[in-house]
Amino acid sequence: MPAKSKRPTARELLFGDLWEFDPAPESAPAHIESRYGLFIGGRMVEPKSKRHFNSISPRDGSVLSRIAHANAADVDAAYRAAAAAFRPWSRLPGHERGKYLFRIARLLQDRAREFAVAESLDGGKPIRESRDFDLPVAAAHFFYHAGWADKLAYVAPGRSLAPLGVIGQVIPWNFPLLMLAWKIAPALATGNTVVIKPAETTSITAMKFASILQDAGLPPGVVNIVTGAGDTGAAVVNHPLAAKIAFTGSTEVGKSIQHALAGTGKRLTLELGGKAANIVFDDAPPDQAVEGIINGIFFNQGHVCCAGSRLLVQEDIADEIVARLKRRMAVLRVGDPLDKNTDVGAINSKEQLARIRSLVKSGVDEGAVIHQCACRLPAKGYYFPPTLFTGVTQSQRIAREEIFGPVLSILTFRTPDEAVEKANNTAYGLSAGVWTDKGSRILMMASRLKAGVVWANTYNKFDPSSPFGGYKESGFGREGGKHGLLDYALLVPR
Amino acid sequence: MAITRPLTLRRLLDEVGPVDAVGLDERVAKYTTRSIKRDSKVRGLRMAVSMVDLTTLEGKDTPGKVASLCRKALRPHDAADTPQVAAVCVYPSMVRHAVGHVRGTGVRVASVATAFPSGQTPLKTRLAEVKQAVTDGADEIDMVIRRGAFLAGRLDEVRDEIAAVVDACGNAVLKVILETSELETPDHIRAASFLAMQVLRDGDFIKTSTGKTSSNATLANNQVMIDAIRDHYLATGTRIGMKPAGGIRTAKQALHYLVAVKETLGDEWLHPSRYRFGASSLLNDLLRQLETQRGGAYPAPWSFSEDSGGY
Repeated sequence: MPAKSKRPTARELLFGDLWEFDPAPESAPAHIESRYGLFIGGRMVEPKSKRHFNSISPRDGSVLSRIAHANAADVDAAYRAAAAAFRPWSRLPGHERGKYLFRIARLLQDRAREFAVAESLDGGKPIRESRDFDLPVAAAHFFYHAGWADKLAYVAPGRSLAPLGVIGQVIPWNFPLLMLAWKIAPALATGNTVVIKPAETTSITAMKFASILQDAGLPPGVVNIVTGAGDTGAAVVNHPLAAKIAFTGSTEVGKSIQHALAGTGKRLTLELGGKAANIVFDDAPPDQAVEGIINGIFFNQGHVCCAGSRLLVQEDIADEIVARLKRRMAVLRVGDPLDKNTDVGAINSKEQLARIRSLVKSGVDEGAVIHQCACRLPAKGYYFPPTLFTGVTQSQRIAREEIFGPVLSILTFRTPDEAVEKANNTAYGLSAGVWTDKGSRILMMASRLKAGVVWANTYNKFDPSSPFGGYKESGFGREGGKHGLLDYALLVPR
Repeated sequence: MAITRPLTLRRLLDEVGPVDAVGLDERVAKYTTRSIKRDSKVRGLRMAVSMVDLTTLEGKDTPGKVASLCRKALRPHDAADTPQVAAVCVYPSMVRHAVGHVRGTGVRVASVATAFPSGQTPLKTRLAEVKQAVTDGADEIDMVIRRGAFLAGRLDEVRDEIAAVVDACGNAVLKVILETSELETPDHIRAASFLAMQVLRDGDFIKTSTGKTSSNATLANNQVMIDAIRDHYLATGTRIGMKPAGGIRTAKQALHYLVAVKETLGDEWLHPSRYRFGASSLLNDLLRQLETQRGGAYPAPWSFSEDSGGY
């Protein structure tokens, strides 16, 4: 019977095990070979270096495959194949190039499940994300650019686009297949050929992608994939046949690439780190803002260059927002990336895990207050619990350096000016988020934030037609949309 | 400085915060990707059965139809371990018939009242209807709010009427139907939830819809309401229950709603005293999925007795 009395005690919700979910492992086979060569000239070839290294699954630390470690001679062979393929490829009519891109997109869709499992095994991201985000968006990039291939005369008024030549591309480990799609699709649509190097820890889906290129009948040499470590990347960047280098990765490496390319005449686009401010005003829709903050920082274990890693919350609602965040974090499911109910998976590598741990320790040492999910982590593999810091100030390392992990630093502000000031007080400028119910404030903030992307009342939204890229030490050049095409082409008279 | 101004929608929303419809849809879409397998599926399905308010609300209802509904409520399926449903839900004139069948069994009798589904009669009439249903033995009353008054900005009036119905209920549990499809926006639904909860008692419910309009319960409006229940509980300590009604036809949908409850309100709401499904055809799909889990194959639809809906 309903009672009129109210209980005036401290209350919390009970997120217990009354109805616990059973394990729901994704069972589709990933079809990962025990050993991969290099994809050069349309064929899988053994590396001239005769060296291979282990690809480790962060899920449990097991060896998934042996990956070729390309040396300078291998990279040279890839560039020669790409250079040989350039003339016929760039002279194909646009609609013919478009056909190949459409074919690649459809083949990716056909094999989406297999690729998603491989991506989760190799990189540690939850299967829910590789299945619902990485694969569909990667296919969408090929579809989108397939559409552009025969419309290059209409990108810029009075001008058409001409290809640059052979493009050298180096991509990171956080979205292995998606970054590959972001790089390859616009390069091919504009008539360039490609030498691409996936990240050392996540080469498997790139090598699987080679089989899609073969199935699509892409002419040999148009795309060449070389795997390896930093020295391989350096060989790709410094090869004399490269007309342009496109790099996504850390600011440190990006700077050294820019240094190396100075004076060579090669074009360069860089998409580097970030320390995005996610700004929550006191009129924001509370539950959706909290959901957006969670999505902004814990998506892909925080291995996102545009992650909303600095939460700027208006001081009068800070306590409430933090309490809501903690409650939401209590129901995040951390663990096996292949379980369909996992929200936060494995940290990509042992090295990254060590880096996250050391930065989190610096936060504690510098006096910030830490809160972590009380979740049980798997015994094997590389895992880190979702973490938030309160009482963070602008001068602490956790507020300045990119952590690239599931760690949120919470700062407060009192006025919109202060929010802008704090948000822009960083070496980076890749992205930002604004949460408010007031439309005029969104427009005001968007125009004052020095960030390549500003999301309003949402976060981490990507579309092939929307350019993505940064300010300041987050790099230059755009990927996606018309702007992205222009970075892979010369403007020529129509 | 005490200023008494009438409560307006704006002031209420300022206090409880707005809802962003796009973010809301994104949140609830995640519930539908949860994969509920094996034991957890069986437990979820059984929990859902125990939360069903088995409903018949038609002009052609007869004591015979209600009798058959009550038998189904008490023994949904031949399998001995199938739980009873939470309640039967009928029109006020059918309460005394239903009471005769379920008294002392644990299955409760709920009655819609207050000029269901429109609420468009004088308050005196509506209160008399509630009192009659309670006198006839209803354990629970499902009332409708006057959406017209709410949309016209007469929030005090809506709240005072709910308070009057609470008084008329006596010991009966009250469920307040917001009729979400007529309130239309998530902001309105959130505001109306708080408005009702201001005068509800621990153990009373808020409910999405009558089932008599074009759109009924959705994961999104369920979410707005359970978010409000959570906020109200944390602020006041009063535990309000939730009842989505109409439109939940499959076991899979029901499990998605339960995931939402698990991840928003926690274990204490995963109980028939705090969460209900207003449904009729849902029950047989739940039973069918339970049988499938038991036997490994889908039984034919006719192997389950049909006692509600459809006729």
